[in-house]
Amino acid sequence: MGRLRAAAFAVWDFIVGDDWRVALGVIVAIAVTALVATSSVDAWWVLPVAVVAVLADSLRRAARAARRG
Amino acid sequence: MSGAEFGLALSVFLACAVEAVEALTIVLAVGSTRSWSSAFWGVAAATAALAAIVAALGPALTALPIDVLRVAVGGLLLVFGLQWLRKAIMRASGLKALHDEEAAFAQETEAARAAALASGFDGYSFTIAFKGVLLEGLEVAFIVLTFGANQHRIALAALAAGIAIAAVVGAGVAVRRPLARVPENAMKFAVGVMLTSFGMFWGAEGAGASWPGADAALLVIVPALLAVSLGTVALIRRGARAGASAISEPAPAGG
Repeated sequence: MGRLRAAAFAVWDFIVGDDWRVALGVIVAIAVTALVATSSVDAWWVLPVAVVAVLADSLRRAARAARRG
Repeated sequence: MSGAEFGLALSVFLACAVEAVEALTIVLAVGSTRSWSSAFWGVAAATAALAAIVAALGPALTALPIDVLRVAVGGLLLVFGLQWLRKAIMRASGLKALHDEEAAFAQETEAARAAALASGFDGYSFTIAFKGVLLEGLEVAFIVLTFGANQHRIALAALAAGIAIAAVVGAGVAVRRPLARVPENAMKFAVGVMLTSFGMFWGAEGAGASWPGADAALLVIVPALLAVSLGTVALIRRGARAGASAISEPAPAGG
């Protein structure tokens, strides 16, 4: 069980990394793209906007944590 | 070679070179302080494990329907690319220490000297070399598989990875020292931008969106993301300088 948990943690760490919110943001953004693509509105812009927002949010939290020491 | 294929080869080459430099540092540390032969066995075992992973997952990935493959690969590349880009921006802006191969080599060497030395086959050297190469190599295997499968060019991706490994190992054998002068952060920055750009492109296409200009959209996405990332580095640096000067300046006396 211990090894199984360690393996699961290693896979999580490998794919998701330091900030799980980035992975969640990507999943939500792709889902929104798929939803918008079913309408008559262009959907290509959703991911670029989401990427900039997710990256900015993650870096803002990292900068705040760094300032707190 | 098309622009997308060139992007594939360049991304894989840079990512593989960076990971190979880090793996080389670990192998050099245990090899030079303990046992070269055991370290080489560790490298060989890890290489075989990585080859088995690529051989098993490659055909499975290419068998997926193209839209499923693009959305899955796009999503994974985005998550992975944003990790690389986030760390590279943090290092470039001073929020995180730059990766230092000399320091990593010294740390590994000290740990290798501290561990008990066995006669004959050295399990410590084997294990450290195996883990180092496998963990660094997994990221490369992932990038080779996702990029290669999506464009049905796994052979091209594997060739770019092989050339990068040969170049790094060749340089390492020549100098017999960690490759501290390799601009690792700049290379990681470039890989982060490429992975995230291709992830956006394929993820959106897989989800049903159409890019203006089709494949030519990548010629806008990559430089635009690079500009946003460099601008973010400048903004964070400026914020840090403003914070530092506010701390160093004495507060005005009185009300």
